[in-house]
Amino acid sequence: MSKLTIPQEEIMSSGHLACQGCAGALAMRYMLKVFGKKTMLAVPACCWSVIDGPWPYSAVSVPLFHTAFETAAITASGLKAGLVAQGINDVNVVAWAGDGGTFDIGFQAISGAAERNDDILYVVYDNEAYMNTGIQRSSATPYGAWTTTTPANHPKDRPKKDLVEIIAAHRVPFVATASVAYPEDLIKKFEKAKNTKGFKLIHIFAPCPTGWKMAPELSIESARLAVQTRVFPVYEVENGVHYKLNINVKNPKPVGEYLKIQGRFRHLKEDDYKVIQENVDREWELLMRKVETFK
Amino acid sequence: MKKVILGDHAVSYGALLSRVQTIAAYPITPQTLIVERLSEMTANGELDAIFTKVESEHSAMASTVGSSAAGARAFTATSAQGLALMHEMLHWAAGARLPIVMANVNRAMAPGWTIWTDQNDSLSARDVGWMQVYCQNNQEVLDSIILGYKVSEQVDLPTMVILDAFVLSHTAEGVDIPDIKKVDEFLPPYKPEIKMDINDPRSFGALTSPDVYMEFRYKMQQAMDKAKKVIVEEGKKFGEMFGREYGLIEEYKTEDADTILIASATVASTARAVIDELREKGEKVGLVRIRVFRPFPTEEIIKVLEGRKKVVVIDRNISFGKTGIFFDEVKGAFYNSKGNKPPMFGYIAGLGGRDVTPKVIREIVEDALNKDKPESEIIWKGVKL
Amino acid sequence: MKHSDKDVKIKGASDMPEMPASLGSMAHNKTASWRNLKPVIDESKCIKCFICWKFCPDAAIDFIDENTSPKINYDYCKGCGICAHECPVKCIDMVEEER
Repeated sequence: MSKLTIPQEEIMSSGHLACQGCAGALAMRYMLKVFGKKTMLAVPACCWSVIDGPWPYSAVSVPLFHTAFETAAITASGLKAGLVAQGINDVNVVAWAGDGGTFDIGFQAISGAAERNDDILYVVYDNEAYMNTGIQRSSATPYGAWTTTTPANHPKDRPKKDLVEIIAAHRVPFVATASVAYPEDLIKKFEKAKNTKGFKLIHIFAPCPTGWKMAPELSIESARLAVQTRVFPVYEVENGVHYKLNINVKNPKPVGEYLKIQGRFRHLKEDDYKVIQENVDREWELLMRKVETFK
Repeated sequence: MKKVILGDHAVSYGALLSRVQTIAAYPITPQTLIVERLSEMTANGELDAIFTKVESEHSAMASTVGSSAAGARAFTATSAQGLALMHEMLHWAAGARLPIVMANVNRAMAPGWTIWTDQNDSLSARDVGWMQVYCQNNQEVLDSIILGYKVSEQVDLPTMVILDAFVLSHTAEGVDIPDIKKVDEFLPPYKPEIKMDINDPRSFGALTSPDVYMEFRYKMQQAMDKAKKVIVEEGKKFGEMFGREYGLIEEYKTEDADTILIASATVASTARAVIDELREKGEKVGLVRIRVFRPFPTEEIIKVLEGRKKVVVIDRNISFGKTGIFFDEVKGAFYNSKGNKPPMFGYIAGLGGRDVTPKVIREIVEDALNKDKPESEIIWKGVKL
Repeated sequence: MKHSDKDVKIKGASDMPEMPASLGSMAHNKTASWRNLKPVIDESKCIKCFICWKFCPDAAIDFIDENTSPKINYDYCKGCGICAHECPVKCIDMVEEER
């Protein structure tokens, strides 16, 4: 017998339309557990436009506004302004978007909201490609990955855009990465975001078994391996300068252990593994220097 | 209180008197004076609103949509390229049935770069589900903002209040600024039945299948039909309270007119002088100003045009590959009417801010009077060849 | 128009709201038919750590209390297998669905 390590209440209902093993659905379940019913969502075009269900249904017991692809951040800001203008100050507004809507088409609006320090939480559930439209590459797609627009004989040849660093450069109160494989850390971050005024962004690593060509039961396993191989470091930045590593990975596993369980990396050779390992090592080193320098 | 103010400032006062609760805007010439004045009004506490200075017009409309969906009375203003950039969100505002009011300063579209007036910016947004009101003077601009909220909040569709760049936006005119308490009587606070509300949680705008999408569109058209009545009713009530009545169209000396000139915005206000002048010469001409373009006043147009000898339409816009847009719409409205159909002359004039002076208008009407029928579907007035 | 947990029947425009605002919950949508394999918990081996409950993307594992094994909700379980894969004592089997 043990105590629950995350809140018991379920605000996301079963019956939603996410694929088997969808970490984007799991991330929503966690967020709503913390944020509760005094929450509103702005959801742009992304998997969640479908997951929430077709009209006349919804899978969440909080108000949700489906909005245009590039407008998650500003729709959330607008909702918040509308509420505050009516004297409603105790409702949290959360922008909930995929990586395409965040790293690519929605980027400008996020920068605007961050620069103004609008009082919203922006969550990106990152499955590293345009999954809802059928697995096309986004600027969140990692180096070497197959997608339907980066075929195996010409996989993505540029690194993933470093979103957290760019948002941190806006000197906003709170930016963090998190993983569905570490719900207790994620819950803590949601709580921190809930209790912080101003612009907050949480970048959640959210595997997509469908798009990653992987068995659905490996969803959590792959997210865990991303952390344990240092492919996806879990850290936070306060006010743009104070770095804190949340999950220290002292003895990292080789990146191959993460890559080999996913079909999207099946075409990679040992040499490619080497390049990816070097990239990961270099990025980790860079992050560690920031963590040590800017405590 | 009577004040001499610019058209842009008439917009700002309209928003102030409507007690808008949120504003989100991005600067674009010649709209900037609107938002500058609103910034002052919110900064000095004259207007109790949250003003979000967004990073683009697309975000201006998205923010306005969000605030309106949350139940606030939301306002924004733009022009030309800005309106084009927010086009996607114009659909969102209308489809989500949000009673947003926006001022659009009519400015021609680039390239080449231009800041002067014509109507191609707003007319490119003809089919998005917004009501469109074309104003002829600064007083009407101010009044139309207030009326915009009054009508929009009854039919759940947004309103675009349109004024000509510089000719109105940067031109000072005497404007009666009504007492805000009186405006409060006319325009009560916004209380939507359904909104983003934690006590009644719903999703808005989810995936709609072919099974139901068409029904939502049918409802938008029904709302537009309803709006025609509401605009006239509220325009009358406004007249009773403030002494200025507004409708869908405005007639001037049409009663016994053989020839009807149709125009909109400031071209129409200039045309009045020309009508007087031609009347003095014995020409039986009258003017119809189309004030509300959406919903289109089909029945009113038919009624006023039936039995006339000639119709002359001046368009400060063009639908490339077709004709002037008001001309096309008037012609279309008239096709299924009974009785004689008078020859209809369609003139394009004043694009990109070229002056449409009384002389230009007089020449247009005289040209039509001298012909039995138009030589072509488009008659270019003043184009240099 | 009230929100309901049941299936919503729409006749046409007359019983629809003006805008596409939801009228019901996706809870009406039983997703059991999505699965080919179903998880079965061996309660004798279960250590009641609730890791399976924690990681279910479909909120289809019910928490009863801290002294009771969690219960799979077979109305909604899509059979993804995360629970079986993540179980630290391997007390969940994925068994062929009988149809």
